[in-house]
Amino acid sequence: MKIEMKVNGQNKQFDISPDEYLVDTLRNNGYTSVKKGCDTGVCGCCTVHMDGKAILSCVILSAKAAGHEITTIEGVKEEAKKVGEYLVEEGVEQCGYCSTGLIMNILYMEKHIKEPSDEEILHYLSGNLCRCTGYTGQLRAIKKYLEARKNENSK
Amino acid sequence: MLALFNIANSITQEVKRMITIREYFKAKTLEEAYGQLICNRKNTVFGGGAFIRMGSKNIPLAIDLSEAGLAYIEEDEHEIKIGAMTTFGDIEHSQLLSKYFDNMLAKSVREIVGIQLRNIVTVGGTVYSRYGFSDFLTGLLALDTYVNLYKGGTIPLERFLKEGPKEEDILENLSIKKDNRKATFLSMRNCKGDYAILNVALSNLDGKFRIAVGARPNRATLAYEAMKYLDRLNNQITKEDIHKAAKIASEELVFGTNTRGSSFYRKQICYVLIKQGLMEVLGYED
Repeated sequence: MKIEMKVNGQNKQFDISPDEYLVDTLRNNGYTSVKKGCDTGVCGCCTVHMDGKAILSCVILSAKAAGHEITTIEGVKEEAKKVGEYLVEEGVEQCGYCSTGLIMNILYMEKHIKEPSDEEILHYLSGNLCRCTGYTGQLRAIKKYLEARKNENSK
Repeated sequence: MLALFNIANSITQEVKRMITIREYFKAKTLEEAYGQLICNRKNTVFGGGAFIRMGSKNIPLAIDLSEAGLAYIEEDEHEIKIGAMTTFGDIEHSQLLSKYFDNMLAKSVREIVGIQLRNIVTVGGTVYSRYGFSDFLTGLLALDTYVNLYKGGTIPLERFLKEGPKEEDILENLSIKKDNRKATFLSMRNCKGDYAILNVALSNLDGKFRIAVGARPNRATLAYEAMKYLDRLNNQITKEDIHKAAKIASEELVFGTNTRGSSFYRKQICYVLIKQGLMEVLGYED
């Protein structure tokens, strides 16, 4: 079946099977930043935004996503780069597999909570699993990133 | 040899965990959706599709309700209505729901995996499927909640959980009476985001209690004997009464054993969570 959706601001048409998941449609069409981890909606590696909301592309059928606006990390390169710099600085980047999903969720969290506490950050990011680290580096990185953004915005 | 076995096993698991869909239909109305549903008993209405994703099913027609106007949380003078396609993310962040029942419904969904999954999972998918592991069902059962079915009409959630729908049906929305009850939700889990080993939700409306226990691992049910015990006390409840009520509840309910916990463990946890929950809804300090 043919479907249409907007991906990173561009109108796209895809030819899919009715049981194809969004993660596969995106990856098969060049958006390989979207990683396949658990493929069961638990690890968060496949996180993208649908109409501005963070969702798991391995759980959403592409047919369901038709007509919606999808954002992958390719579509938010500048914002993602800023977050990524803090992750690297705090030693969070090891294998890198969880990073795109994590960054997409951080960008989503930033829009929804002003000045989150440590507990709120950890709660928001509990849907992003990382096998390499113990999450303390991510927490430090996110706090420094949010502090820097707050200072930028207050200027 | 062991390595080969592990590889074969993981491939088998992958094959097992597959759904196939022959056709996909986005319904604009419940009438359209129902018309398609009854054409073939294997046709399936999709909420978020998260739990179906983890199973293995051959589906001739998947019926998507996301364009049928069922994503809403509204109130009138007497009740709150939650549409079937409202997500758990909507429940968690709802300004309207935060004003009622000590924001218990938000608490009942906030430990479910992560925000990304909560932005997909729907009220209708969870409630109609009557999942045993559901935290949200337990929360709803502690309130005066009704399910509104397209064909079956309005049924108390308590009865719907016991009996299910009488025929193939579609859940349109839930209604919850606005009655200013105090409420709380607690659960025991191995880690953040995991399924609950046990969950409880309690509410108190002028000395009338509802005590719901779920993930037993069976689906949520009310602890009727414990509720009757407390209701007889006319809101004059001591800490000793709380201990007794929690004990009655843990003894009257049936618990099972699965990979997350034994029935014995669940029984002990039930006592602790209910005791804690009663202290909260009564405003007592530990």
